[in-house]
Amino acid sequence: MTTATHAAGRTGAAARKPATMAQALNQALRDALANDPAVHVLGEDVGTLGGVFRITDGLTKEFGEDRCTDTPLAEAGILGTAVGMAMYGLRPVVEMQFDAFAYPAFEQLVSHVARMRNRTRGTMPLPLTIRIPYGGGIGGVEHHSDSSEAYYLHTPGLHVVTPATVEDAYGLLRAAIASDDPVVFLEPKRLYWSKAQWSPQEPSEVAPIGRAVVRRPGRTATLVTYGPSLPVCLEAAEAAKEEGWDLGVVDLRSLVPFDEETVAAVVRGTGRAVVVHESSGFGGAGAEIAARITERCFHHLEAPVLRVAGFDIPYPPPMLERHHLPGVDRILDAVGRLQWEEG
Amino acid sequence: MTVLDTPAWRPRTDAAPLLPDPEPYRLLGTPEAAELDPALLRALYGQLVRGRRYNAQATALTKQGRLAVYPSSTGQEACEVAAALALKPQDWLFPSYRDTLAVVARGVDPVEALTLLRGDWHTGYDPHTHRVAPLSTPLATQLPHAVGLAHAARLSGDDVVALAMVGDGGTSEGDFHEAMNFAAVWQSPVVFLVQNNGFAISVPLAKQTAAPTIAHKAVGYGMPGRLVDGNDAAAMHQVLTEAVERARTGGGPTLVEAVTYRIEAHTNADDATRYRDDTEVAAWREHDPIALLERELTSRGLLDDALRTGTAADAEEMAASLRERMHSDPHLDPMDLFAHVYAEPTQQLREQQAQLQAELEAERQS
Repeated sequence: MTTATHAAGRTGAAARKPATMAQALNQALRDALANDPAVHVLGEDVGTLGGVFRITDGLTKEFGEDRCTDTPLAEAGILGTAVGMAMYGLRPVVEMQFDAFAYPAFEQLVSHVARMRNRTRGTMPLPLTIRIPYGGGIGGVEHHSDSSEAYYLHTPGLHVVTPATVEDAYGLLRAAIASDDPVVFLEPKRLYWSKAQWSPQEPSEVAPIGRAVVRRPGRTATLVTYGPSLPVCLEAAEAAKEEGWDLGVVDLRSLVPFDEETVAAVVRGTGRAVVVHESSGFGGAGAEIAARITERCFHHLEAPVLRVAGFDIPYPPPMLERHHLPGVDRILDAVGRLQWEEG
Repeated sequence: MTVLDTPAWRPRTDAAPLLPDPEPYRLLGTPEAAELDPALLRALYGQLVRGRRYNAQATALTKQGRLAVYPSSTGQEACEVAAALALKPQDWLFPSYRDTLAVVARGVDPVEALTLLRGDWHTGYDPHTHRVAPLSTPLATQLPHAVGLAHAARLSGDDVVALAMVGDGGTSEGDFHEAMNFAAVWQSPVVFLVQNNGFAISVPLAKQTAAPTIAHKAVGYGMPGRLVDGNDAAAMHQVLTEAVERARTGGGPTLVEAVTYRIEAHTNADDATRYRDDTEVAAWREHDPIALLERELTSRGLLDDALRTGTAADAEEMAASLRERMHSDPHLDPMDLFAHVYAEPTQQLREQQAQLQAELEAERQS
């Protein structure tokens, strides 16, 4: 596991103030570029424009076009050239503009990025970060709202990381860039504008990739989730108090490596679990997580592990997406089906 | 301001200087060949003969069950050898699966170069040692890697050129287009070498492209295209050396199309009689790269018995050594399967490794 330190080299703790996830990601890239000359950012519109979500805002101005580069519009070319840059010893951070626009790069990702360390017996690792804004909930038109994590987590050799909080957006992105393994870094775009009291100037240890965190302790059932679905799970846990349920919430933060120990320990304590994500359920991350919980915690379980996921449909048009995305009611409905004894 | 001053309307590169010659460039048998350095011609000859022998030996090893498969480059040795010899030690070679010869000519151990095709691992050599990327089985995906590496080297201020090899079929892939475009836009120090051997397995060039020649595709990207007789080792060496030098001195990328022919089937597992006529193969055998060079050497009095027998003996020695080394079973450690998936294995991988270990233990005891 790789660890990185917050804002190494910066001095003085500034006051915490509201910051967005977008700002935290921007700061992480800025600090990574400042701390390591091997780090290079490349992608479509990441230069003068600062990216369509402004995650790379100001980086070209500060570090020059050679460090933050507007590429031709071609995702396989972006990732393929980044592979070559990493082969030479650089540490590229590529931006795929949207989830569904990353698919042209899929062959490079699966056949080269994920395999290069393995096929060369460890002599040619690829320290590469692939940032992908993902998920729905922003009213995006077709091909702008995919949850593509299942494609990536099924590919051995990739780490798959997704932050759900402002602090993690900074810390996990720094850890991803510092990692000697390729990391698919999925940014929940509907959380880009979420805010937290956060200070990038406050040096602190970044959580290593591969550790889940308990966002809310709970005694009666556990919601296991990640990325864009964390806020709705926390909301559901709050609402569940009215039903007399004390729901805990685990934020995976990293799908690969999967922190089985933390998840199993928490679920053994409650005996009931619901996995929540907005990508389609069939063959999705939730299927793997539910299977592993069942295998590890079977004798502690009071009910089958349930999944609340997006429907198995192509991502809906924006005016219908609210019916697709797991909401508080759908989550609580699942919790209600966890075979509670009639009281 | 008028529209003429805006980005969409800006004047483009003049296409004329980028255009390839109408006919493949040739040197051997022309008056210019008299100027060629005898040492270079002898070196090319030695490598071609060695390469031909390597192809024959590797094909024999497939029949003896020592190689899973071998895509022969018999008939294409001039392209393979020239690609390796055009580079300096600090340069990088990005081969496709048919380019084992170029890999060996670059200095990689002949057995290590065959690891992929023997099947005891995917890449048998450390790419950094001879600056040779892994043999690429997916088509054209190695081309953007070459561009990225050359780009990185240029950003680092290093004197490094990347030469990437691909076949005629590979030029239909999207990665060919994207690599050419990135290289031209970035003016990366890259040379693209297309070996147009007429067939993508069974599909002839006419079904692959409607371009005047593959070299013409360069013009669309704003880089020069060169059309060369791929069986003329001297012409290949000269054109590739010029393209490498051009890249090295900041001139940007070049696309070189080598017109050649795959004398053997696609691999030992293929049956070429299903899609092409023997008379076609016979015609190309008359235009053999070794014979062309021998004719030149002979006409200049450079091919004496000593050179001929010395070269043949050297090739035989290489083949004997290859045969002997390939006839011993490779060392296989199943635990290696888990060793290089990540820098640190995940917990799940550690559990799976323990499972395999237990299975192997049970196997040993039964």
